[in-house]
Amino acid sequence: MNHQVLKDAFERTRLVGAAVSDYPLTPDMTELDHHVVGIRNALDDAGLKLTDVDGLLTASGGGPMGSMGLAEYLGIRPRYVDGTSVGGSSFVYHAARAALAVGSGLCEVAVVAMGQLGRSGGNRGYRFRGRGGGPGFGSFFWDSLAGLPLVGAYAMAAQRHMHEFGTTSEDLAQIAVATRFHASMNPKAQYQDPITVDDVLSARWVAEPLHLLDCCVVSDGGGAYVITTAERARDLPKPAARLLGYGERIGHAGIGQMPDFTQTVAADSGPAAFEMAGLKPGDIDCAQLYDSFTITVLLLLEDLGFCPKGEGGRFLREALRLGGPLPINTDGGGLSACHPGMRGMFLVIEALRQIRGEGDPRTVVRPGGVDTCLVHGVGGQLSSHATLILGKDQ
Amino acid sequence: MTERREKPFLDPPEESGPFFDAAREHKLLVQRCTSCGKHQFYPRKVCIACGSTDVEWVEASGKGTVHTFTVVHRGIPGWVEDGPYVAAVIDLEEGVRMTSNVVDCPREDVKVGMPVEVTFVEEGKYVLPRFRPVA
Repeated sequence: MNHQVLKDAFERTRLVGAAVSDYPLTPDMTELDHHVVGIRNALDDAGLKLTDVDGLLTASGGGPMGSMGLAEYLGIRPRYVDGTSVGGSSFVYHAARAALAVGSGLCEVAVVAMGQLGRSGGNRGYRFRGRGGGPGFGSFFWDSLAGLPLVGAYAMAAQRHMHEFGTTSEDLAQIAVATRFHASMNPKAQYQDPITVDDVLSARWVAEPLHLLDCCVVSDGGGAYVITTAERARDLPKPAARLLGYGERIGHAGIGQMPDFTQTVAADSGPAAFEMAGLKPGDIDCAQLYDSFTITVLLLLEDLGFCPKGEGGRFLREALRLGGPLPINTDGGGLSACHPGMRGMFLVIEALRQIRGEGDPRTVVRPGGVDTCLVHGVGGQLSSHATLILGKDQ
Repeated sequence: MTERREKPFLDPPEESGPFFDAAREHKLLVQRCTSCGKHQFYPRKVCIACGSTDVEWVEASGKGTVHTFTVVHRGIPGWVEDGPYVAAVIDLEEGVRMTSNVVDCPREDVKVGMPVEVTFVEEGKYVLPRFRPVA
């Protein structure tokens, strides 16, 4: 696979700022507010101004017609927009698109923004598509005839993984426990009280074999990040991150069309990103992996090559906590900190924090920042995948 | 006492009409490509194996095995009121998969790999194929 065009663009661009708007519960904010506050905070973090922005990317928008409505509200006239919308991973897809645009001169300062009221908006996270009537589409329609909720789709992947590899509920619970440990040090996290494996196993079923604590929280939240040229990044106050590698792949839409329930197309996007970066899984210092459900993380650890297929259960008993060989979801993740519906944005924000080594010293993987952080977004029902490897700008 | 809600169902995609017509006569249809001979499900106007648009409906044997499943405890209004239910993906003999429910079976007894056969159940505006353990 030839990544040269993207690689050249990455060489010429930097991730220079990232920030959340607010989370997890924001009854006084609209989705548009989250975009606006997120963009202001991210630009402050980058040391740039709204008038510098000439590229705008979003999958949520907060206004009519995505980035168009948002641009008008902000009073900017972007030279470049993108509205790639593939579920929760969208905001990882946007990083590559923003870097391509900046790297090829289509714009100079690209902002990616997101905001959703998963909790206060009355939208309880993922809405079952069969509620309102109207014509159905593809696998979403056919799966809906069985009354399959989103969590049921992930539960069926977990069930098959348990059948093929002997993975246990205890294994999956380790992911929830490690993530909550990280959330216990994040004062914004929706749930901060530490939990044990027994707590996960004794929580009520949502869809067997997934318990309540195997599932992400339902939050409000938003944020933004800024990508600009390497030249411009040199004059900015805070350290920037490099984009080192990227790969993306769409596998299917609804789970009923997933060819192998135990393998996602992260097994395609991951190797593409590693090849482009010239890195191996063992070179990664920490990872922000989309954790809609515990099984999502287990599949990603295997498919991205952090451990062999089927051995995720064993691997994650030791690895995932701060201090372990591969700390993941160091902000408390979607399982404990914040999941408004499309969490991809928070993965990039947390990655930049780890690369800079900013914030509470207990919560950074390494003082002074890590050399590499892998971000992996998942959208739909294990459907859309994007792997982004970020590194310190030496 | 909570009011019993109806299960919410979308309208069928336009190309799926023959499937639902046949289900009313307790026949399970899938598609087969007249060019390459591959079966497929769900129904489309294109063969996803070879790209041909010459696809036809054929009757399936109705026999298969449980590929994977979940017992749904929480989820969709209209579905959960009667208690936990089994949603499953069935591997049909024709080599295609169908998302459905396993019925006529205690939910503790459902297993991956279990042989099942089709049965038809009236659900709202549809008659739908469901699967039960092979007798």
